[in-house]
Amino acid sequence: MQLILKAFYIFQKDIRQEFKTRYAINAIVLFAVVTLTAVSFSIGTFAAGDEVLAALLWIILFFSAMSGLAHIFVREEETHTSDTLKLVAPPMSIYLGKYLFNFFLLLLLEFITVPLFFAVMNFSISGVWPFLASLVLGSFGLSAGATMIAAIISKASAKGALFAVLSFPILLPVLIMGINATRIVIREESFAAISGPLQALFAYAVVVVTASLLLFDFVWNE
Amino acid sequence: MELEISAKGINKYFGEKRIFKDINFDVRNGESIAIVGHNGAGKTTLVRILCGLIRQTDGSIRYTVDGKKIERENIYPYIGLVGPYLELYEELTAQENLDFFAKMRNMTNPQARIAELMEKVGLSGREHDEVKTYSSGMRQRLKYVFALLHRPTVLVLDEPTSNLDKEGTATVYQIMQEQKKDKILILATNDEADLKYGDKQIAVNS
Amino acid sequence: MIHRIWQFGLFIILSLVIVSAFLWAPLAKGLGEYTRILYFHVPAAWITVLAFMIGAVYAVLYLRKRELKYDLIAESASQMGFVFCILATVTGSVWAKVSWGSFWNWDPRETSIFILLLVYAAYFALRSAIEHPDRRAALSAVYAIMAFVTVPFFVFIVPRVYASLHPDPLINPQGKIHMEGKMLATFLTSLGSFTVLFLWMFKRRIDIVTIKLKLAKMEQ
Repeated sequence: MQLILKAFYIFQKDIRQEFKTRYAINAIVLFAVVTLTAVSFSIGTFAAGDEVLAALLWIILFFSAMSGLAHIFVREEETHTSDTLKLVAPPMSIYLGKYLFNFFLLLLLEFITVPLFFAVMNFSISGVWPFLASLVLGSFGLSAGATMIAAIISKASAKGALFAVLSFPILLPVLIMGINATRIVIREESFAAISGPLQALFAYAVVVVTASLLLFDFVWNE
Repeated sequence: MELEISAKGINKYFGEKRIFKDINFDVRNGESIAIVGHNGAGKTTLVRILCGLIRQTDGSIRYTVDGKKIERENIYPYIGLVGPYLELYEELTAQENLDFFAKMRNMTNPQARIAELMEKVGLSGREHDEVKTYSSGMRQRLKYVFALLHRPTVLVLDEPTSNLDKEGTATVYQIMQEQKKDKILILATNDEADLKYGDKQIAVNS
Repeated sequence: MIHRIWQFGLFIILSLVIVSAFLWAPLAKGLGEYTRILYFHVPAAWITVLAFMIGAVYAVLYLRKRELKYDLIAESASQMGFVFCILATVTGSVWAKVSWGSFWNWDPRETSIFILLLVYAAYFALRSAIEHPDRRAALSAVYAIMAFVTVPFFVFIVPRVYASLHPDPLINPQGKIHMEGKMLATFLTSLGSFTVLFLWMFKRRIDIVTIKLKLAKMEQ
């Protein structure tokens, strides 16, 4: 209980810091808008089929996430506050707090990008609720993996480039399952139709969160 | 609270490169030690090992609290650390920083303590300014508030008087004097004036 | 002396495997000469997976014991795994060209081996970006374990989502082995002898690591 409470305090602190600088939010949302513009501009409105659009949506989300999710740990390292944080917080609460922050950042990104994508690319789906469920479950796994990789690369040099390189093979299952779920909901309305990908997304998130909680201490404490 | 730190044969290597070897000492309540050594000898590394921030390569450090041995990862609540590599959150105000640390340290009613310490280091009235507007001397003073907030049994000071003016230095000496009276003080410094506050000296070299 | 005999024996067996793969073993029914690549492709893929697992085991060992030796062994296993991963990818790709018509078509099996290739590449990129040896060891061990727990998602989920044209792997859901006697003999000998070759090479790498560490200690 203590752990969850402290994770929440860390989350609170990060939100407060983020709202004063808006570094991660700006990076991530602007990246998404720029990519969306580039995609829309280069393929045109009616040229791409739904199958392709489903993939494009997830690719835009994925790479926008890559542009901002590392910031949460890199900032602590760059401002020399990681030792300060280490002295006051148990490692698990740090992972959980940062994970929560990245999860919310990702939801915010989706909240802005997804409606925009639907409007600009003239994309439509039948199963809205199953689609939203896949987005939330996808973000769950995506932010869990990304938070862990962020912790790793924050201790290395060449952080920016490394984040995408290390994250891609680890997070690719989310991308594949997310695209798969979105392709199905274009025509299917029911949850049952995408129960497979949803279960897989959920299982992935559980596995990654568990592994991260077990391993985070080794990354955080040298 | 009775605390004892006992270090035996501490070596530290970065990979195959040795930083220092065979550090031995004991320190308990009412005692103070000064870690000395030329620049680059590994004073900071030893301080970070003592505070449990990094691991030693060989040797052991025993922390005993009221006769009970405790593990490295549970030592943080007893330690207050001031060092040049330890910064506070720039985007937040001093008050927000201290509130956060107080909550993380499980302090129930920290406001009086915060006000008292801010007064002591001469920062009263600047609580609601963002830390990034502080000068380096003011930051150093604020770090003392962070370190002393939870009344640590062990106060570890790495370059205690850097960036401080005369008045600030005097405050720090007063803090050191109070700390070594019935608790533990550990200094890492090359400043002659600071060294007076260390009863024992430990030389670090490879 | 014992070593020499071992090595010579392995040399003879591997030569026999190569000869029999091309001359002795018959062709699979209805398929052409290109099926012979199987005797080299499958062992390479198997050793890739084996090296990946050994790497993960040594990563765990490092985190438990904190001895640099284990990290260097994990690195050696991964380096060899990377070589065999490239071999498996290239042989698979050659096979894909003759039987499916193009070198690469994102078949689920191709995707999973490619992901392994990416994981290895990322692992080495991470290692080269950290100078401090203890930190490098800990962080790359954690990354190896993270990769180890997520890679199964490709192996089990991707093939279910996208239909595969890949011939049934040796361990298939039906539990059948579609090979006749001479083929099977050649195949199993190849698999076994390549595994021994790998383990022997791996042992040599461990020896080198141990000697290097001893030398470094003596220099101090």
